[in-house]
Amino acid sequence: MLRNTRLSDDYNVLTLAAPQIGELTQPGQFVMVKAGVTIDSILRRPFSIFEVIRERERITAISILNKRAGTNTRALYALETGDQVACLGPLGRPFTTLSARHAWMVAGGVGLAPFATLAESLASSATPMTLFYGARRARELFYLEYFERLGARLVLATEDGSRGIRGLVTVPLEVALAELGSRDAAMIYACGPEPMLEAVATLATRYGQPSEVSVERVMGCGLGGCYSCVVPVRDAANESRFVRSCIGGPVFNGADIMWEKC
Amino acid sequence: MDLRVTIGTLELPNPIIAASGCFGYGVEYDEIVDLSRLGGVAVKGLFLKERDGHPPPRIAETPAGMLNAIGLQGIGVHRFVREKLPLLRERGARTIVNICGTTLDEYAEVARVLSDHEGVSALELNISCPNIKEGGIQFGCSLVGTAQVTSAVRKVTRLPVIPKLTPNVTDVPSFARAAQESGADAVSLVNTFLAMAIDVETRRPKLSNLLGGLSGPAIRPIAIRMVWECFNAVRIPILGMGGITDATDVIEFMLAGSTAVQIGTANFADPFVWNKVLDGLDDYLRRHQMTRVTDLIGQIDTSPRKEVPV
Ligand SMILES: Cc1cc2nc3c(=O)[nH]c(=O)nc-3n(C[C@H](O)[C@H](O)[C@H](O)COP(=O)(O)O)c2cc1C
Repeated sequence: MLRNTRLSDDYNVLTLAAPQIGELTQPGQFVMVKAGVTIDSILRRPFSIFEVIRERERITAISILNKRAGTNTRALYALETGDQVACLGPLGRPFTTLSARHAWMVAGGVGLAPFATLAESLASSATPMTLFYGARRARELFYLEYFERLGARLVLATEDGSRGIRGLVTVPLEVALAELGSRDAAMIYACGPEPMLEAVATLATRYGQPSEVSVERVMGCGLGGCYSCVVPVRDAANESRFVRSCIGGPVFNGADIMWEKC
Repeated sequence: MDLRVTIGTLELPNPIIAASGCFGYGVEYDEIVDLSRLGGVAVKGLFLKERDGHPPPRIAETPAGMLNAIGLQGIGVHRFVREKLPLLRERGARTIVNICGTTLDEYAEVARVLSDHEGVSALELNISCPNIKEGGIQFGCSLVGTAQVTSAVRKVTRLPVIPKLTPNVTDVPSFARAAQESGADAVSLVNTFLAMAIDVETRRPKLSNLLGGLSGPAIRPIAIRMVWECFNAVRIPILGMGGITDATDVIEFMLAGSTAVQIGTANFADPFVWNKVLDGLDDYLRRHQMTRVTDLIGQIDTSPRKEVPV
């Protein structure tokens, strides 16, 4: 662990000396991380790869965005420079970026994590982008300059109204969708709490826009070994099939997930 | 250092096997684990047909272990031989297929299909999954059922037949004996312990299935006891498991009477556990001036303790 940047009392960014993971990372992929085995927890936890860090053109590290909640995330919040963490990756199916004419990224809270690398990639292909970003309050909106610097338009929402629109991020998203007019004009990417993902996917479908959502399920291994992180996905016959989100995801086509079965 | 062990007619280069349900179909680990270096790979339980399993949440962490109620989601035996077996064979893995059934006929049919295909090294009979009502546990919790499944499969295959026993009975050795008398080449034990956990904030069970199977270090001492009891009850080899995380645990299982061992939950926690365990085993043998790993099997020293002078 190279650096622990505490953004608030709950959020921190951990910079990890894992250049090989950085070399291979595609936007939307994740790593399985563990700060140390304890009596309460022996399993690793999945984290989106937040940044791929370069120094003088060379990739030197990756970072993850952490929010203190349970045993593992508390341990990750408390780490000091030089501590060791187990970190395996990059894993999972990334976002697709080829078809994006206008990219709309929709982030809820810690769901901002996969969008830093996505924005980097979109910026390098000069794809116009907007970040819809919702949090509980203004001081939990992070990295705004980072996204601005990459040329993203920001649409912010906070639950207490302390910055941007008061309410959930799906409110301004729906307004924007209604103004969009033509079908398939924007590619919508979403990451955040599952009710938000369902709302985004449903809105996208209603307004005729494609969507990709990054789900977070209770994950055991991250490698397809345990079958715990499954999501109900529509198959060719319109039936629900459980698909492992570690290898079939974490990114899914929003219209493929059978939300009523989640 | 000679790490070879034999299970019936099957010779393994070492006693370390990936446990069923904890290693997918093996192919998922191809990029990070040398499948041929493992003693064997026990793949996820297979029925004749595909199954979708239980709704999530399917796992929950508990002290020094985890609960699972996956519900045996799987692709069925036909897709397995088409889609997964070729790679396992190509890699030189010794594939042990964990088979399930709701009826005796289904066990026999799955066994027959697998026996027709090259690349299957042994059949492990899952009569012990605690998470589904009609998936074998009804056989595994009765001596008659255990004998019936074992003989039904024995009749249709020449592959080594390894019933996998449940710990959720009072007297595991009698089940090992029933398996032996019905033609089993070995027994695997233990499967997971039926268990439960509740989220006290929401007052909801932590698993959608309410109940699940407990695995991981938390069960190790009980599993060791059961292996030792079975070792004293049967002549056939025992594949021991339950909470193994390192070479010390492997050796403990072997001293209790295991010929080979399986590792499940620890592979989730660290998929690089395999090299660590194999190297550790080598070290132990060297340190104890031993050359053959088989010299550990059942070698627990239960002679009276010497008085310690005060
Ligand atoms: C997620 C999970 C899935 C499992 N699936 C199977 C299975 O399909 N068939 C089976 O015989 N045992 C299954 N087991 C049991 C393991 O093979 C093993 O018997 C048990 O987990 C104890 O070993 P461990 O403590 O090393 O995990 C499963 C265990 C876990 C944790």
